Amino acid sequence: MDNTVQPVDAETIGSEWVRLGHDDPLPLDSGEELSPFTVAYRTYGNLNEARDNAILLCHALTGDQFAADPSPVTGKAGWWQMLIGPGRPLDTDRFFIICPNVLGGCMGSSGPAEVNPETGRPWALTFPVITIGDMVRAQARLLDHLGIDQLFAVVGGSMGGMQALQWASDYPERVFASVPIAAAARHSAQNIAFHEVGRQAIMADPDWCGGNYIMQGTKPRRGLAVARMAAHITYLSEAALHRKFGRNLQNRSEFTYGFDADFQVESYLRHQGSSFVDRFDANAYLYITRAMDYFDLAQDHGGVLARAFADTPVRFCVISFSSDWLFPTAESRRLVHALNAAAANVSFVEVETDKGHDAFLLDEPEFHDTLVGFLEGAAEHRWGGGAS
Amino acid sequence: MTPQAPFLDDGVMRYDLRLTADMVTPGSRVLDVGCGDGDLLAYLQREKGVDGRGIELSMAGVRTCVSNGLSVIQGDADTDLKDYPTGAFDYAILSQTLPATHHPREVLQQLLRIGRWAVVSIPNFGHWKVRLSLALQGEMPVNEFLTDAWWETANIHYCTLRDFHHLCDLLDIRVEQGLVLNSRGRALRVPPRGSLANLMGQQAIFLLRRS
Repeated sequence: MDNTVQPVDAETIGSEWVRLGHDDPLPLDSGEELSPFTVAYRTYGNLNEARDNAILLCHALTGDQFAADPSPVTGKAGWWQMLIGPGRPLDTDRFFIICPNVLGGCMGSSGPAEVNPETGRPWALTFPVITIGDMVRAQARLLDHLGIDQLFAVVGGSMGGMQALQWASDYPERVFASVPIAAAARHSAQNIAFHEVGRQAIMADPDWCGGNYIMQGTKPRRGLAVARMAAHITYLSEAALHRKFGRNLQNRSEFTYGFDADFQVESYLRHQGSSFVDRFDANAYLYITRAMDYFDLAQDHGGVLARAFADTPVRFCVISFSSDWLFPTAESRRLVHALNAAAANVSFVEVETDKGHDAFLLDEPEFHDTLVGFLEGAAEHRWGGGAS
Repeated sequence: MTPQAPFLDDGVMRYDLRLTADMVTPGSRVLDVGCGDGDLLAYLQREKGVDGRGIELSMAGVRTCVSNGLSVIQGDADTDLKDYPTGAFDYAILSQTLPATHHPREVLQQLLRIGRWAVVSIPNFGHWKVRLSLALQGEMPVNEFLTDAWWETANIHYCTLRDFHHLCDLLDIRVEQGLVLNSRGRALRVPPRGSLANLMGQQAIFLLRRS
């Protein structure tokens, strides 16, 4: 068990990366700016000659740029491996998929675990607090760098869906289609509350060292694991947990009358917590959850969500999952009502499943059919009947 | 909502849907309320080049539509029309769905607020077969057109063609065009407002406009 943390360095992560903003700082919503800043990303497929077949794929809170190939940290398959590839919903024979690590992350893009070039020490809590808008602004700079004026689509689940919405709102002329999946136009009070539990767990761990654990040669393993355990429950559903574990006992036939992991569900959660700690930075968890908490598209538009999309040319496909209680269908419906009020072109599908919020990462044929159908229809409007 | 009218042979669009489509100007903006599996929307998009959107109550219908590349949302005619801006569409279409709504009057008003025109088709409960069923057997009609028994039909607000015209008068809605169809789905050559239409028409399609 590695109890120390090395600063994150884009060069060693094993994906494409670029350092931007040397002469042109990245302005942040907090009023601060970053110069320079790093964006690490992965691409799949090829950019066509017209440079108009790019799909920006935005990852969720604990995701990363390795969407369709094994993570160099865990060796596990990419988080959307089954959806990306030749002939798959995000067809790499047709589309150029770009998946950047978010600003504030810990897989090569600038974040608290990166070394501050000015001080030569890890940023830790001196890294500026970032927002979903800042993440998107950094991604827009990446597209400038790649020479892509307009995305065919921006697609993302959960926090990735927030970015898909922010993109459509901030850069409507640069997005042809937006697909927010299992997302919302604002983070709810309940979701902020869960995030706060996670953050408090991290900060209560003495090994967090006021955020300076990298310099102290420690790692807040217990705090981050508890944060993950609490969050992981919110990604599932009561039905899914019951189906998977019920009240089954873990490698034993009776209670131990102690506080060991008697139940399979406890053992499972403990495993989720401890394996997460090996691949994720605790401070990055603080920063990214904060960015999600601050997300409220309506607030930036006088409290009227429809104004965030006034006269939008973007085609939307909103997808929710029936058993998702973290980003429930009601939030998607609220978004759809606002899009209707803005006379936007919108499709909205609730996928029937008992797998909870995490369904967007799982094999859900109805969801995949919806995604394919929408992209197909959008491609027809973008390029006519022929292929791109 | 399940459309009440039967489908024709495989792949052939229901005749009433084709007549509905005929009332729509090519290239216009269309909202199909209760669009089912999207047959009419797809046809309008393909044959008439309209910019089409749909609302459908059943999720299965919505998924079919979106999987086929149509812009359709899951929603309810009774509650979700109010979100759309006034005059957002040239045509708001409601096929065979009006009797299934909780508030037909409000729905009709919303259609004509959202669309410059509304195309509304309704089953006629004044049809002679319905009258006979009630008069001779004393039973609610079940026939080749009204296929569901009273306890399973989606229709909760029954009206005759005459009733419908009364409502249009009440709401200052002008009927610009009316097609009355017989039991074979063919247009009858009768005045759409007359007693004969109300007796012989199994369904009717109206092009409506605010007066």
